[in-house]
Amino acid sequence: MKSYDVVIIGGGPAGLAAAVAAKENGVDNILILERDKELGGILNQCIHNGFGLHTFKEELTGPEYAKRFITRVEELKIPYKLNTMVLEINKDKVVTAVNREDGLFTIQAKAIVLAMGCRERSRGALNIPGYRPAGIFSAGTAQRLVNMENYMPGKEVVILGSGDIGLIMARRMTLEGAKVKVVAEVLPYSGGLKRNIVQCLNDYGIPLKLSHTVVEIHGKERITGVTIAQVDENMKPIKGTEEYYSCDTLLLSVGLIPENELSRELGVELNPLTNGPVVNESLETSIEGVFACGNVLHVHDLVDYVSEEATNAGKNAARYVLEYHNKAASGNVVEIIPKNGIRYTVPSHINVERMDDILTIRFRVRDVYPDAYINVYFDDERVQHKKRRIMVPSEMEEVKIQKADLAARKELKTISIEVEKE
Amino acid sequence: MYDVVIIGAGVTGSAIARELSRYQVKACVIERQEDVCCGTSKANSAIIHAGFDAAHGSLMAKMNVAGNLMMDQLAKDLDIPFRRNGSLVICLSEEDKPKLVELYERGIANGVKELRLLNKEEVLELEPNLSDNVVGALYAPTGGIVCPFEMTLALAENANMNGIEFFFDTNVHNIVKDGNEYVIETNKGEYRTKYVVNAAGLYSDELHNMVSEHKIKITPRRGDYCLLDKTVGNYVDKTIFTVPGKYGKGVLVSPTIHGNLIVGPTAVDIEDKEAVATTQEGIEDLITKAKHMVKNLPIRQVITSFAGLRAHEAGHEFIIGEPEDAKGFIDAAGIESPGLSSAPAIGVTVAEMLRDKLGLELKKDFIPTRKGILDPSKLSMEERNKLIKEKPEYGNIICRCETVSEGEILDAIRRPLGAKSLDGIKRRTRAGMGRCQAGFCMPRSMEILSRELKIPMTQVTKSGGTSTIVTRRTK
Repeated sequence: MKSYDVVIIGGGPAGLAAAVAAKENGVDNILILERDKELGGILNQCIHNGFGLHTFKEELTGPEYAKRFITRVEELKIPYKLNTMVLEINKDKVVTAVNREDGLFTIQAKAIVLAMGCRERSRGALNIPGYRPAGIFSAGTAQRLVNMENYMPGKEVVILGSGDIGLIMARRMTLEGAKVKVVAEVLPYSGGLKRNIVQCLNDYGIPLKLSHTVVEIHGKERITGVTIAQVDENMKPIKGTEEYYSCDTLLLSVGLIPENELSRELGVELNPLTNGPVVNESLETSIEGVFACGNVLHVHDLVDYVSEEATNAGKNAARYVLEYHNKAASGNVVEIIPKNGIRYTVPSHINVERMDDILTIRFRVRDVYPDAYINVYFDDERVQHKKRRIMVPSEMEEVKIQKADLAARKELKTISIEVEKE
Repeated sequence: MYDVVIIGAGVTGSAIARELSRYQVKACVIERQEDVCCGTSKANSAIIHAGFDAAHGSLMAKMNVAGNLMMDQLAKDLDIPFRRNGSLVICLSEEDKPKLVELYERGIANGVKELRLLNKEEVLELEPNLSDNVVGALYAPTGGIVCPFEMTLALAENANMNGIEFFFDTNVHNIVKDGNEYVIETNKGEYRTKYVVNAAGLYSDELHNMVSEHKIKITPRRGDYCLLDKTVGNYVDKTIFTVPGKYGKGVLVSPTIHGNLIVGPTAVDIEDKEAVATTQEGIEDLITKAKHMVKNLPIRQVITSFAGLRAHEAGHEFIIGEPEDAKGFIDAAGIESPGLSSAPAIGVTVAEMLRDKLGLELKKDFIPTRKGILDPSKLSMEERNKLIKEKPEYGNIICRCETVSEGEILDAIRRPLGAKSLDGIKRRTRAGMGRCQAGFCMPRSMEILSRELKIPMTQVTKSGGTSTIVTRRTK
């Protein structure tokens, strides 16, 4: 069995950045395992621009953004295997995978970085009643068909859900000559970035119906239409508000689910709020030496943050291999608790001894909060109180914590974060 | 000129075809859809019932018990996954308890073996996730679970290997008697035959009524189902039913043979024989009912919902045999639950009728076995590597969720009566049946279908007919 210091599961933006960071931090023996035919992951089908503003201070397309990291991986001569599906990871860090050339094989890793990304919530998971005809696609599948296979899914489109991929596809389908009739969003606010609402819907006159959902799918072989209705505050359809839209295509952009099947079988503790692993300051999961980053950890809205997070995961994996392997951490552990208005935080606890000088805690809020404050408490002491003009669930927030502040408080048990309305 | 034309390639028609293929006979199956197993056979509970439910003395009871007994051998011969996980009819109130005893006694009378009545403690020990309100249960260890697609496909493939022809996309418009023969008029031309077997499921009344004055009526009885992710597939081990009682007729909660959890069905009589649309009310109803049966039903793990139509006949009894006024026309009609469980026995019964009427001789070269699509995950590491070395396509995983390789998909397309659509691939290999519901593998499966069938991508369908997936090239 071949051994590697760091094995990275997934060659998308997270896996690439993690690999580069691991190498730059002194580990040579790295392997990336990628299930698709090329590196870059979902970025390859995101041919629109808007990537890289934080990382490279310029606007790139998805493939361009990916290329920057792929080039770096090539320059650093980091080995990777494509078309390779990981089937199992066990507690001894033996990775089982399969591909055409090597067959079924196992490799021994010292550290593992989970970077499998996420999948789209399907029609089935929504339990939309009606027929099950052809012509219903998750937005990402449609994006792949259009941008990579170069086929159009249909001519008349209704989109359910205002997630970013759905919004991007509303514009893309319009540019390709399809008629996008409406975007229905069950929540009273959009699930996508503000800039995408403006640039992908408003600019093309595509209506966005908030608090609306698809209540019935029509058509036996190919979809012929959908019924859309308004929903009440409990998201139940309101009788009498039904409207019929004829269409030959229904795109779903109704949420992303981290792909943690491998993690679950490995026995990694998962956070039911993120559907991703519970991690510490080093982005290390409940299993020592197994790290997670990117959309497998929690769904991000900007790839720039994925790269930043994955860089940390790669650096920490390298540090684990070089310094911490089989050495238990001894420092004070501080729990991070999401309180009023905060859905979750990543990470969820900090070992002060092993944290960087500055640690970024990322989180999402539960609702739309205009002109509200973010408060950070060290136990009962309020240490941060910062006003945000607007906070929405679709845009990730962050606070930064100094190691020096934590080191000075040897008895500190918890850091809590909350939204305080004005 | 055929000796026998079987109309319908569901589980009943396919079972009859397979049993008939033991004999020296010229026979075919005609099917209106693009594939086998496209009607009632594809959307049901996938249960091999023990046989305690049907009325004593009925054909249903007889066929069910006999069919159940045949399943072990059939599964072995045709390489179909089948497990006797056992059925448990639970009782949720003291007042309904006599109904359990009634079922138990009926089961014994029907000839069901190993039946036992269990008290509350015994039930909860077997199934700890059941509701605490359970007061007792009837336990039938012979109840089982099967893959209805694979079972139907295996029967049809084996029939085909043994010389029975299959014609798809062939819709029967009329059947007329011409002397001692029948002429079956279809959109693809006429079929002349000595005998007709009516295994047309929901449409079996229409065919029957074309030749007989003793009219029958099949009512589509819709059942909605939810299928849950494999992570909760072991939430219960046995198939859980309830006695009809306070909460109505009840639904079932069961593991599937592939490790998912299935919940359903509802029962709503409708008119439209094509109306397999689920409804909000139906889904809510089945969830409510299932929540009475098991604690904390993990309904958030739902990956898909679907509806099936049972071919319900007013007398709630199978109609098997020749109508008095239509000699040479053999019904296998009104085949609703326990139709899947009964299919093997109905196959034998109808084939033997035909043998006697036509004086058929057994074939010397009948092939009784069929190999299913090779599942590489069942091989040892060495065997699997040997396979991938010879056929690298078995190392190329197409469906991530169900870990289906290109090799399996190619086998599904190339084998007898192979897949011609995405649903055809799905039913044969499970590609696209997992938690992402084909989100990732659809474009790749389409590409394989396009290449193998030598059709453009724009002609690849989900399930035949007009169910195309992409309309044109991008600009």
